[in-house]
Amino acid sequence: MKIKLNKNDIDSALIQQIERMSGETIKRCYQCGNCSGGCPVSYAMDIPPTQVMRYLQLGMVEELMEANSMWVCVGCLQCFSRCPQSVSVANTLEGLRQLVLRKGVDHDRIEDIPLPMLKSAPQQAIVCGFRKFVS
Amino acid sequence: MPRIGVFVCQCGNNIESTVDTQKVADETKKLPGVVHTESYKFMCSSPGQESFKKAIKENKLDGIVVSACSPHMHEKTFRRAAEAAGLNPFQCEIANIREQCSWVHHDPTKKVGTAKTMDLTRMTIQRLKKNRDLTKITIPVTKRALVIGGGIAGIQAALDIADGGHEVVIVEKEPSIGGNMARLSETFPTMDCSQCILTPKMVEAELHDKISLYTYSEVEKVDGYIGNFSVTIKKKAKFVDESTCTGCGECWEKCPFKADSEFELGLSKRKVIYTPFPQAVPNIPVIDKTRCPKILKDKCGLCAKVCGPQSIDFTQEDQLVTEEFGAIVVATGYDLMPKSKFGEYGYGKITDVISGMQFERLASASGPTGGAIKRPSDGTEPKNIVFIQCAGSRDEKRGVSYCSKICCMYTAKHTMLYRHKVHDGQAYVFYMDIRSGGKRYEEFVRGAIEHDGAMYLRGRVSRVYEKDGKIIVQGADTLSGSQVEIEADMVVLATALVSRDSATTVAQTLGIGYDKDKFYNEYHPKLKPVETVTAGVFLAGTCVGPMDIPESVSQGSAVASKTLALFSSDKMAREPITADVNTQTCNACWDCLNACPYVAIDKTEVKDRKGNVVKMLATVNAGLCQGCGVCVCACRSKAIDLNGYTDEQVYAAIATF
Repeated sequence: MKIKLNKNDIDSALIQQIERMSGETIKRCYQCGNCSGGCPVSYAMDIPPTQVMRYLQLGMVEELMEANSMWVCVGCLQCFSRCPQSVSVANTLEGLRQLVLRKGVDHDRIEDIPLPMLKSAPQQAIVCGFRKFVS
Repeated sequence: MPRIGVFVCQCGNNIESTVDTQKVADETKKLPGVVHTESYKFMCSSPGQESFKKAIKENKLDGIVVSACSPHMHEKTFRRAAEAAGLNPFQCEIANIREQCSWVHHDPTKKVGTAKTMDLTRMTIQRLKKNRDLTKITIPVTKRALVIGGGIAGIQAALDIADGGHEVVIVEKEPSIGGNMARLSETFPTMDCSQCILTPKMVEAELHDKISLYTYSEVEKVDGYIGNFSVTIKKKAKFVDESTCTGCGECWEKCPFKADSEFELGLSKRKVIYTPFPQAVPNIPVIDKTRCPKILKDKCGLCAKVCGPQSIDFTQEDQLVTEEFGAIVVATGYDLMPKSKFGEYGYGKITDVISGMQFERLASASGPTGGAIKRPSDGTEPKNIVFIQCAGSRDEKRGVSYCSKICCMYTAKHTMLYRHKVHDGQAYVFYMDIRSGGKRYEEFVRGAIEHDGAMYLRGRVSRVYEKDGKIIVQGADTLSGSQVEIEADMVVLATALVSRDSATTVAQTLGIGYDKDKFYNEYHPKLKPVETVTAGVFLAGTCVGPMDIPESVSQGSAVASKTLALFSSDKMAREPITADVNTQTCNACWDCLNACPYVAIDKTEVKDRKGNVVKMLATVNAGLCQGCGVCVCACRSKAIDLNGYTDEQVYAAIATF
């Protein structure tokens, strides 16, 4: 991968919007890797939590939009509880999700979910699912 | 018959695990002349020393062997205890049964270790039987210190020694004291301006009645030894009479000829008659004799015409002065790795690739741009600036293997200064590791990143080249695993901090050692960090290795305390382990004189009653002699012996083995 770095990308309006929505300061991450180390679903992510923060620092939002990381995160906040710099990757990923959901793409509607699944799935999973995928 | 006592230390388990110390004690007691033996857990402990002293008195011992750790550790301890018990301290010898025996043998049956300890102890006993009483040598001390180098370390050392009440001479090769610190803009982590904190110290040194400044001078020759050095100093011709010059500046205002300023690292010009910077101490100009047309071809002489007090003297010549000193402080500082080393970074080819020190000058309020960050090529403000760390450092192949230690911090400082001066600019830093060990240093670097928005990229830069008027920097960010390309307006290299070009010459003049990077060797890197193997010569600051201002200042003060301790009495005592010449057998071949690395052998004339020279003899200057024994080996007539290590002693030890 080759990137051309410039000031506009690393401090873009999009990055500022993500910071605003998530309440996190992306620069604070110093890439220690604790979040990736503790994340229970990091193995299933295209881009693990530490790299997510690095991509954002470098202004590489597009790559993150194409990756599954934000959808795999279950919001357990392990990353936040262990982060020495008090950064929450979960919050940051929530910000990314909101960016996508507010565009109306990847939008789940409750009525589209088959009734048997709604009936059989654990309540927790449904609540989490709605929180994550419904705008 | 001698009355010898043998004390075998167990050193906890260090010795006992492979040596049966009780058996050694029992067996040794059977040897002729040995009247007392014992084994103890820690001989060096207070109770151990007490029983040691008690045994000496009770058994009326006249010689002691302590079988224990290396004499480097506790020879002093036991000799002092023996002295307290009424013995000549040099009748106490150490047999090293730890470093040279128990630690190198791993036989759990203790057979090997015990047998070897028996041998070592028996050899030391035989050697001890031939020991003579020795008394410490006292030598007079000249209470005057020489400080070589007028940077911050040298200034601090001089001020502290002078405040202690002793005369100090600072020899500085440049026209002003201040050193590299005078070039810096702000200093990390407090961001106070370098000039603001340094110049008061420079002025204090100038005005101190105990300090003399020999600027534009160099040390030519050093003779003598601790307490009694005789140093020849070359005062280079300034072509200005220091006693009458008022420093008004009329001469350098009017001088029509210019040259690149060394102080500004080529970023601006100076006149041919010049002071290196406005706050120079002393504020007296010098004439660059390699460029002055009056000196070269007897043309111009304008400075002399405008000089009110008529201080210009074109006939001045270099002057040699010889002065006496008791201690020498070496504080010669550092250089930066030359730009020719960084071809792949475009240094030397691309004008806007500069060094960290040049950036300091750009950021300095007294610098060539008055503190504005401008490109040297066209004077425009750079909007994208790339800092490359470890330029030459940690690069065994093309640079130096060590870490230059200060670059992480000053680069963080540079990004801050840049952001404060160019609000819409973006700084990028390529680094390998951020090494910010020090009080409030890590917080400082985080501040540069989080508050002042420096973009740190973890990786080395492999290439810097010009394309369409932009400088393209190609490197890596290993954190994201990507290749990175940045279009920059300016590139700053954190060039490695290296020893002075003259480091080896100065070391040879003073008789001190240096390492593979030509930094001076401490006597002990941890426990004697400012002493050298040459007694009376001390080290301070970056001539020892990379260090920052607080460390250099601490070292300056540390050498001052060492110097003041040396000056605290009129005479100083030294170990009497020195060479001695037998006047009956010396045939004056002078092989010893040629062999001696400390210049401690003198030619002495022996005269008859009428004053006629009847014989020449080699004699040893006990003040200079370090007891190395080279002359003993060189002497053809076997006329030289080393006190404490005589041939008789050594043969006795070998004979019993």
